[in-house]
Amino acid sequence: MSTSAVAVSKHRAPGFWQSTNGKKIVMAVTGCILILFIIGHLLGNLLIYAGPARYNAYAAFLHFDDTLLWIIRSVLIVSVVLHIEAAAQLWLRNKRARPVNYSRKEAIRSSYASRTMYWSGPIVLAFVIFHLLEFTGGFIHPGSRFIAGDVYHNVVAGFSVWWISAWYIFSLCLLGLHLRHGLWSMLQSFGIPHSRAREVVLKRLALWIAVVLIAGYISIPISVLTGLVK
Amino acid sequence: MKLTLKIWRQKNRDEKGRFFTYPVENVNPEMSMLECLDVLNESLIERGEEPVAFEHDCREGICGSCGFMINGVAHGPQSATTACQLTMRHFKDGQELTIEPWRAAAFPLIKDLVVDRRALDRIIQAGGYISVSTGNAPDGNNIPVGKDIADRAMDAAACIGCGACVAACPNASAALFTGAKISHLGILPQGKPEQDRRALSMVAQMNTEPFGSCTNIGECTAACPKEIPLEVIATMNRDYRGATCRKRDDLVQVVAPVTGWSSSSKS
Repeated sequence: MSTSAVAVSKHRAPGFWQSTNGKKIVMAVTGCILILFIIGHLLGNLLIYAGPARYNAYAAFLHFDDTLLWIIRSVLIVSVVLHIEAAAQLWLRNKRARPVNYSRKEAIRSSYASRTMYWSGPIVLAFVIFHLLEFTGGFIHPGSRFIAGDVYHNVVAGFSVWWISAWYIFSLCLLGLHLRHGLWSMLQSFGIPHSRAREVVLKRLALWIAVVLIAGYISIPISVLTGLVK
Repeated sequence: MKLTLKIWRQKNRDEKGRFFTYPVENVNPEMSMLECLDVLNESLIERGEEPVAFEHDCREGICGSCGFMINGVAHGPQSATTACQLTMRHFKDGQELTIEPWRAAAFPLIKDLVVDRRALDRIIQAGGYISVSTGNAPDGNNIPVGKDIADRAMDAAACIGCGACVAACPNASAALFTGAKISHLGILPQGKPEQDRRALSMVAQMNTEPFGSCTNIGECTAACPKEIPLEVIATMNRDYRGATCRKRDDLVQVVAPVTGWSSSSKS
């Protein structure tokens, strides 16, 4: 090999957003914002067990200032868009990074959740759109009438339809898988180094947070189906 | 023992490759994987066939030259072991082994099991060094380094640059390699002066090469013959994030990936 093969030709350095590391940091930060929303949304929704009056009062409270509501909604929408844009661009890059596949490839340590992020993500997105159309917009309400303002009625009537409850439970389980890997992965992507021993603890913690959150959410359609909440 | 080796044969980058199946008799269980290939190659040469090309140098697991996929796992089924240190007693008599080269856009194939890993060299060139003043050698232990720091740096410095992390990653990402090289210098006091520049330059070079992105799934550290911890990826991201915030000028320059060879010595 002569020296001409390693002749240095200067190239423009990729900036923060062009680098995979930068995109992953953006995904970590937006993911964290969305997790905070998921926690808050669950805490609010658990008020359904306090009865129709308290639950509808909570729903009305969220609307006490529409400007503020839209500011918060904008932050969430921007987070979702950035999260998906970064994920999609990285996915395309990753496809190009291995043009010839292995004839045989074993997964030796990665978790099922971590290997299915590109499946759980889009399904959760479809679920979120369905969820907004059903309970926020009121465009989908099979078997009952959507009453703006009477959130308690809408939730109970919505979940009384078995296939809606089934779709919710399925999607929420996938959200749980997504969180189980995402909660831990965001620490790595954002750059918070920790020892191997703490890695085990953090992964277990991520699993338990995901399980608790999803159990809380799933309890609502199950309670409606079993008649605990009517 | 008897083994059947299903090996990827490919004359060069431009020609199509395919698997060839070779039965190998008289495999000594104490042989290494590479010695098993040597035995196969001797019989191929005797028959007048082209021997299987594979990279090797020290054969004691410290140079990083060897490496290929054995039954879908980089460096084979034994953890913390390079292909040259993998002895055949770990396989069953009569077993079939599928042997494939590392597959990544950043590692173009040269021949059979040999791939071009110069992308890793270019990442090192971008900042995998520290500046040392000339003159007399400084006194030993002049700069105190805590044992925990020294251990962490040593764990990261154990990387031999074999490329198994890239091969094992479903995204063909070089995050573990780059992370190890950034961490082992960056966490020591001797490496602090260039910490920001190193993180920016090496990450920039890594992203200029056609590697994928890290999804923190941990296949790399499981395949790594030196058991580099996943922590180094977080350290790289922390250094990169800090350096991006503190960046003052356009220090960062990258080199265009070179995948060709000059014609004279290599065909």
